[in-house]
Amino acid sequence: MDTIFALASAQGKAGVAVIRVSGPMALATAQSLCSGGLPARGMSLRTLRDSTGNQLDDALVLTFSAPASFTGEDVVELHLHGSVAVVSSVLRVLSDFKGLRLAEPGEFTRRAMENGRLDLSQVEGLADLIDAETDAQRRQAQRVLAGQLGDLAESWRQDLIRAASLIEATIDFADEDIPEDVTPEVRILIDRVQHDLIRETAGVVIAERIRSGFEVAIIGPPNVGKSTLLNALAGRQAAITSEYAGTTRDVIEVRMELSGLAVTFLDTAGLRETTDIIEDMGISLALDRAERADLRVFLADSKEELGVCFKGGDILVHPKADMRLDKIDSVSGITGEGLSELVDRIAAVLKDRSISAGLATRERHRIAMERAKESLEAASLFLDAGTNQYEIAAEEMRVAIRSLESLVGRVDVENLLDEIFSSFCLGK
Amino acid sequence: MKHCDVIVIGGGHAGCEAAHAAARMGVKTALITLKREGIGVMSCNPAIGGLGKGHLVREIDALDGVMGRVADKAGIQFRLLNRRKGPAVQGPRAQADRKIYREEMLSETECRIGLEILEGEVIDLLMQGDRVCGVVLADGCEISADAVILTTGTFLRGVIHIGNIARAGGRLGDRPSVLLAQRLETFGLPMGRLKTGTPPRLDGRSIDWSGLEMQPGDENPVLFSFLSKSVSARQIECGITHTNSQTHDIIEKNLNRSAMYGGHIDGIGPRYCPSIEDKIVRFSEKESHQIFLEPESLSDHTIYPNGISTSLPVEVQEAYVHSIKGLERAEILQPGYAIEYDFIDPRSLRPSLELKDVQGLFLAGQINGTTGYEEAAAQGLVAGLNAAHIVRGKEAIVFGRSNSYIGVMIDDLTSRGVSEPYRMFTSRAEFRLSLRADNADQRLTKLGLDLGCIGEDRKAIFLEKMEQLDRAKSILSTTTYTPTQLNAAGIGVSQDGKRRTGLDVLAFPNVHVEDLQSLIPELCDMAPAIRVQVEYDALYATYISRQANDVDALKRDERHAIPSDFDFASIIGLSNELKQKLVGARPTSLAQAARIDGMTPAALALILARLKRGNRAIRA
Ligand SMILES: Cc1cc2nc3c(=O)[nH]c(=O)nc-3n(C[C@H](O)[C@H](O)[C@H](O)COP(=O)(O)OP(=O)(O)OC[C@H]3O[C@@H](n4cnc5c(N)ncnc54)[C@H](O)[C@@H]3O)c2cc1C
Repeated sequence: MDTIFALASAQGKAGVAVIRVSGPMALATAQSLCSGGLPARGMSLRTLRDSTGNQLDDALVLTFSAPASFTGEDVVELHLHGSVAVVSSVLRVLSDFKGLRLAEPGEFTRRAMENGRLDLSQVEGLADLIDAETDAQRRQAQRVLAGQLGDLAESWRQDLIRAASLIEATIDFADEDIPEDVTPEVRILIDRVQHDLIRETAGVVIAERIRSGFEVAIIGPPNVGKSTLLNALAGRQAAITSEYAGTTRDVIEVRMELSGLAVTFLDTAGLRETTDIIEDMGISLALDRAERADLRVFLADSKEELGVCFKGGDILVHPKADMRLDKIDSVSGITGEGLSELVDRIAAVLKDRSISAGLATRERHRIAMERAKESLEAASLFLDAGTNQYEIAAEEMRVAIRSLESLVGRVDVENLLDEIFSSFCLGK
Repeated sequence: MKHCDVIVIGGGHAGCEAAHAAARMGVKTALITLKREGIGVMSCNPAIGGLGKGHLVREIDALDGVMGRVADKAGIQFRLLNRRKGPAVQGPRAQADRKIYREEMLSETECRIGLEILEGEVIDLLMQGDRVCGVVLADGCEISADAVILTTGTFLRGVIHIGNIARAGGRLGDRPSVLLAQRLETFGLPMGRLKTGTPPRLDGRSIDWSGLEMQPGDENPVLFSFLSKSVSARQIECGITHTNSQTHDIIEKNLNRSAMYGGHIDGIGPRYCPSIEDKIVRFSEKESHQIFLEPESLSDHTIYPNGISTSLPVEVQEAYVHSIKGLERAEILQPGYAIEYDFIDPRSLRPSLELKDVQGLFLAGQINGTTGYEEAAAQGLVAGLNAAHIVRGKEAIVFGRSNSYIGVMIDDLTSRGVSEPYRMFTSRAEFRLSLRADNADQRLTKLGLDLGCIGEDRKAIFLEKMEQLDRAKSILSTTTYTPTQLNAAGIGVSQDGKRRTGLDVLAFPNVHVEDLQSLIPELCDMAPAIRVQVEYDALYATYISRQANDVDALKRDERHAIPSDFDFASIIGLSNELKQKLVGARPTSLAQAARIDGMTPAALALILARLKRGNRAIRA
């Protein structure tokens, strides 16, 4: 049984992030992070350090020994201070331990089940959670795939399928008319993916995403004061505001920190039917970005009729509080009424999320890319060794592709066979 | 009424292996087939083994099946494919003498204790509700049985095509099984249509061999059976020739007369075994295709031209054959043809190959959408063992993806179905490095001993080999050596201060047991076969241990069986999409459920929770 870890969302405990580690290596791993001395069962306040001794965080470390734990295995819980950077660096350090891997969604529950630690009604009670988890993942995946990483991932998929199929073709169709030496082409393909992976994991892109943090779209009909609200939030004149409807033609981004979280506010063009082509482009861009944002603030009287789905956690506030008698749930960018309540509500939702999907997915991708990179390196070496180690090169390719599954989608033998049969004339 | 424990219908490769397996398990078995001489007939190319396929033969042999031994007796040219690649992907292959193969298979079958051969056509099944309880023969005779295994190959509504001429047939010269097909229809099983083809056969005496390249077999033949010591038939060479632009012209001009291209056939054919028409259309840039001229027998002159299967009219076959070097005057003994036939969607089977909805009825072989003798035989073995278990009231024997190619195939078939005739490839096995042809006995013979399907001879040989292997491994793992000691013995290792065992050192490429002899003198009297085995095991040891967690997880999931009446639709928390997929696929274990696209551990936990509750309810 391998040892798994993941961020366990800490609902209701804002400011604290809990990372759970479960499996035979849990305690040893924690000992190494805390420089030893943890009891097999108990609660300790410790400084966590990485392998080179750099301090990561002061954490509350809870240890449980099998079978009296959530999963029935040895379990360690690291209660961290919850900043995105801290959590991500601890996850990173954990992923570097041999024999540890990031848990799949629901895997802790699954283990708890197997070990009889959950009663069945409890598991079924988790059904909602499972739904939400799947949904959050799907949203994340869609965002990744719609973005720059998505294009890259698609090109990796094609390159890896091609490379693996070339090696497999020489193995499975050895007695057929196949070019004996496929190494040059395989090498080019592997190198290309490898190059991308190195760049991606070197942190430029990922770090950028972690820094840019969450996206919050402000949406609403034209001229309800979205841009004014954004300016008020940012405390500066970021978007152009004018009193004519439809002035904000592009999506304007304003980055800021909100209770310690990096947040990018998107001011979208007013949503309304238009005949102006440029404005129309602005609107469809806005709709697109708004759909993909982590959270939407609807500045409107009702959540309907804006052409954007109101999803779980989204916020509806009424515009122009300064001009209303009833000020409940309303905000004004001009007078600042309702502004701090709105900020609190946004922060609360994001806090909760920072501990789940967003960060976890990014971290999952990074780890996946690191693992794939290692396997591709090994595959290259075995390719160099000549045909008598092709089967090992193929094994490393398989591992690389499996590692990248969350990014490139599942690749199975049928995909390889399709590629083989479409490129070679086989069959004696 | 006459009674047998197990009845096997069909004496092809699936049927023979099924009947032998059931009989070895000690149940009273009858093999009913159209013609006694049809037992062990090879419908197509008389060659056994190859990549993936050779692995299957070794596995069948490890469970004391017949195919490997018979192929060794009939082999007239042995070649180990991928000899220059790693041992995990090497596959034994042999060209077999069609006549010897048939005779040897018949004599093995006649000699098997507890196995009776009956000639006849089965036209109907006897039913008792949802359960099969016997068969009816064409002469009206009825035989009752506890389990029936159906292995009728391409005989279900088989239609043979040569050009625009189509006629009903199970194989050229054989009638199809029409009545039996009608009975199967009443079960309402999902069926599909597939096709395959075969080349014209040539008279070797009319071939001009003088200018052709010849290919001999291996100098040191690698046999199939762990029991065989040496080849028994005379060994021959195969010729190699090529198609040319003239051949391609003839075929192109006549494409519309080909059954396949003239729109006469709609079944799906295998992409890895295309007709010559297909090759020329799909790879028009290729100027020439290789043809192997393989003798079918030592005792007649039939040549199998491997690479030009076709469904063109006879006169076009003659014209294109004559355009090929060496075949200018070749005489066609039997024209090539395509055959279309029904198969049953294997997703309607359990991993034991028993139908989910018809108790006591097992299907094996080409009827399940596979192609190839080895695939058929391997399924026959599984069905035979399981039928015997049903008779005895024992639980199903399930082969796993982590212990055998047999398990990979059965799982692929029953959980994913087929979209084209299914053939084994090594790339289908995710644990390829541990599922090797060389260690099939280590993987399966022990299991066979537990099941009781292994004869005394094999048992003795196997136990002796295991003892030697254990001894060798303990010699190689008890003592550790420093880098200095190893370097002194001529084995280059870096001075990293790490102590290594002999096995650790063997994991380096290019280190062999000989290299360790000066350090470990006991190795000198280790048998060559054991040396090789130890080296192969060591070579992949790191990869195999890396996969150990995956294997454990898979086995755990395989152990959670899902009953056939399990209600996926009522599980709260599963998305509708997943529910639909589950209801459609009817997985029989958690492992099969896990292979469904989009499945998450969380969803599996929900299924597991329901499973456990179900079990508890039954116990209460
Ligand atoms: C034309 C042709 C070309 C092929 N080409 C290839 C190829 O290129 N490569 C490849 O790998 N494989 C090929 N195959 C497939 C290979 O021959 C089969 O997959 C394999 O023989 C299937 O074995 P089986 O036991 O399922 O069926 P078969 O070997 O077909 O055996 C069926 C048996 O059932 C008996 N039978 C049928 N109906 C009844 C009945 N009602 N009552 C009693 N007995 C009955 C028949 O007499 C026969 O003995 C080809 C097959 C054909 C027909």
